[in-house]
Amino acid sequence: MIFLLILIPLVAAGLAFAIRQDALRRGILVATAMAHTTLTLSAWWVRPGPTLRGWLMLDAPGLLFLSMTSILFLAAAVYAVGYLRTEKPGKREDFEEGFLFTNAPEAVFTGCLLMFLTTMTLVTTSQHFGLMWVAVEATTLASAPLIFFHRHHRSLEATWKYLLICSVGIALALLGNFFLAAAATKSGGESTALVLKDLIRDGGHLNVPWLKAAFLFFLVGYGTKMGLAPLHTWLPDAHSESPSVVSALLSGALLNCAFLGILRAQQVCAAAGQDLFGQNLLILFGLFSIGWAAVFILGQIDYKRMLAYSSVEHMGILALGVGLGGAGTFGAMLHAVNHSLTKAMLFFVAGNILAVYKTKTASDVRGVLRVIPISGVLWIAGFLAITGLPPFGIFLSEFTIVKAMLDQGRTWIAVALLSLLSLIFVGMSSTVLKMAQGRPSDGVSGPAKGEAYLAIIPPAVFCVLILMLGLYIPPAVSSVLHEVARGLGGN
Amino acid sequence: MNNSVDTIMVFLVLTNLMLLGTSRLGTCIRVVAIQGIALGLLPLFLHRNWGEIHLWLLAGAIMGLKGGVFPWLLSRTLRESNDSREDEPFVGYGLSVVTGPLALATCFWVSSRLPLSPQIAPSLVVPVALFTIMVGLFLIVSRKKALTQVLGYLVLENGIYTFGVALAQKQPLLVEMGILLDVFAAVFVMGIIIFHINREFDHIDTDQLSSLRS
Repeated sequence: MIFLLILIPLVAAGLAFAIRQDALRRGILVATAMAHTTLTLSAWWVRPGPTLRGWLMLDAPGLLFLSMTSILFLAAAVYAVGYLRTEKPGKREDFEEGFLFTNAPEAVFTGCLLMFLTTMTLVTTSQHFGLMWVAVEATTLASAPLIFFHRHHRSLEATWKYLLICSVGIALALLGNFFLAAAATKSGGESTALVLKDLIRDGGHLNVPWLKAAFLFFLVGYGTKMGLAPLHTWLPDAHSESPSVVSALLSGALLNCAFLGILRAQQVCAAAGQDLFGQNLLILFGLFSIGWAAVFILGQIDYKRMLAYSSVEHMGILALGVGLGGAGTFGAMLHAVNHSLTKAMLFFVAGNILAVYKTKTASDVRGVLRVIPISGVLWIAGFLAITGLPPFGIFLSEFTIVKAMLDQGRTWIAVALLSLLSLIFVGMSSTVLKMAQGRPSDGVSGPAKGEAYLAIIPPAVFCVLILMLGLYIPPAVSSVLHEVARGLGGN
Repeated sequence: MNNSVDTIMVFLVLTNLMLLGTSRLGTCIRVVAIQGIALGLLPLFLHRNWGEIHLWLLAGAIMGLKGGVFPWLLSRTLRESNDSREDEPFVGYGLSVVTGPLALATCFWVSSRLPLSPQIAPSLVVPVALFTIMVGLFLIVSRKKALTQVLGYLVLENGIYTFGVALAQKQPLLVEMGILLDVFAAVFVMGIIIFHINREFDHIDTDQLSSLRS
């Protein structure tokens, strides 16, 4: 079944590259996404067994991250169909500088989207560190053409930065892999295979200095891709220049996949009795990322960049939560789910706003609530959710993480986190609320036939989901979250 | 056994130093190609298992890709671009060449402090691998042309790979091939992007890519 999960989008990607008719290709995109989500959700009832000598398996973290990726991709596929319909072929004028540019062929875009899904599925299902590295690097390569959909110099710059910075970062994670292999080599010369289960079983025999070095390289390598400050520099550019549907996938799914790489390394560290080493580093990087993001969110004039920096902030919170261990890990996993859904929703709505106002500068956008009322309401709801106000899911997960800090007696970290979060709240609220309210400038009008269903339904569904997660966590989800936390040495 | 491995290591050091001092992009591509071929020989001489098909496959794949396909792809990109040399790097060539031996000395010092039993890897492998990684990173940050940055990425990859051959002796073939495939795809995609950069800007200087800030 895991093979099916990987093969379906792979075959569909091949088809998408070859098919000429737009309608058929879009149909394949949505059908593939639905099949993938159905298969993934069925794994919650019957967990598929290991295949390929245990290299591919769905354990609790894998299942959790695969489900997020799959659900997000389904929503993105639906949204993308609506988006691609409005992007007519031929030359078009750039919103900001007025020059003419073309889009990449739609077949390439759809094919790369499906390849992106394939590679992310491989990341979440692989248990072998080497295979996982191959998959993470492949996600970079599959998503680079997506960022370069609008063919002009700004997206070109963003794509180049993304490719080079992430490839170099991930190359360092490869070094981490080799260090891990050195740590797993006993003095007699025989070594443990780099499969997670075997490494955890032999955790006590791993060579500690090599393991620590390996963790450092994993943290730096995958941390670059995940967007931990100060390694995040590609992230705001890529998120602001790519189409909103791609930004949603990058932020909600890809960053999580990179985080999974760090989680796996931390699992091995925990098995070797070195969990404190990794945890302290994660807390440090986490706090630094939140602080960095806060500085750049305050006074940010581009609303898509603001959302990108907010992703840096939330990746910091994830790292911080896992760094606390125990209940903090549980909170971090819950936070990953909430953040993915909320941020994807916000990027979808940002895409709707961009389509109407044709600018990414927040001060030029006024009166979203009047021009496109449904998107306006969702924009405000998303803002309230992402800044951690009740009754949305992020409030609950941030509350869990802060409570874990206080229970561990780490009051100062809690104070620092809360003050940074309130700074970010102030920064985002001044931007978002001004955009939503006020009188739209002349010449701005919403779509004549009302807002398109395909542009509204995906974010609206996510809004309902995060509201639900703030009030009630289904027991199945909760038990998987607990399983992840246990695997990382918590209880 | 160590003689041939050490020869390859010395060869790596020399090619690295040459890269630091060369401004012609065509020459740089050829030097990286030769480095790739030397690297392809490494698993054969390091493990000395002449009967093992795994090693031959690996060596063949590395030499074919790093010595043949990559140089071909990159020189094609170079022909289509308007630049043939790196005129004003961020760090001048004199300074770059002086940095090389200093970095090499640092790498020897660092590796003397790493706990690694000599039966795993001959003594030269670790410092040279580290040195190659550092040269790769240095090329990426100190040069302006997109093409030189890709070469830097390849050198970095070569260094990491040298480590891998020495440390992870029992890496499964599937993973090795996967890594090679990824690097291939990376060079391919980067080549396409360089092509677009050249068409959009009429040059491949990445320091002009600076409209996205804060």
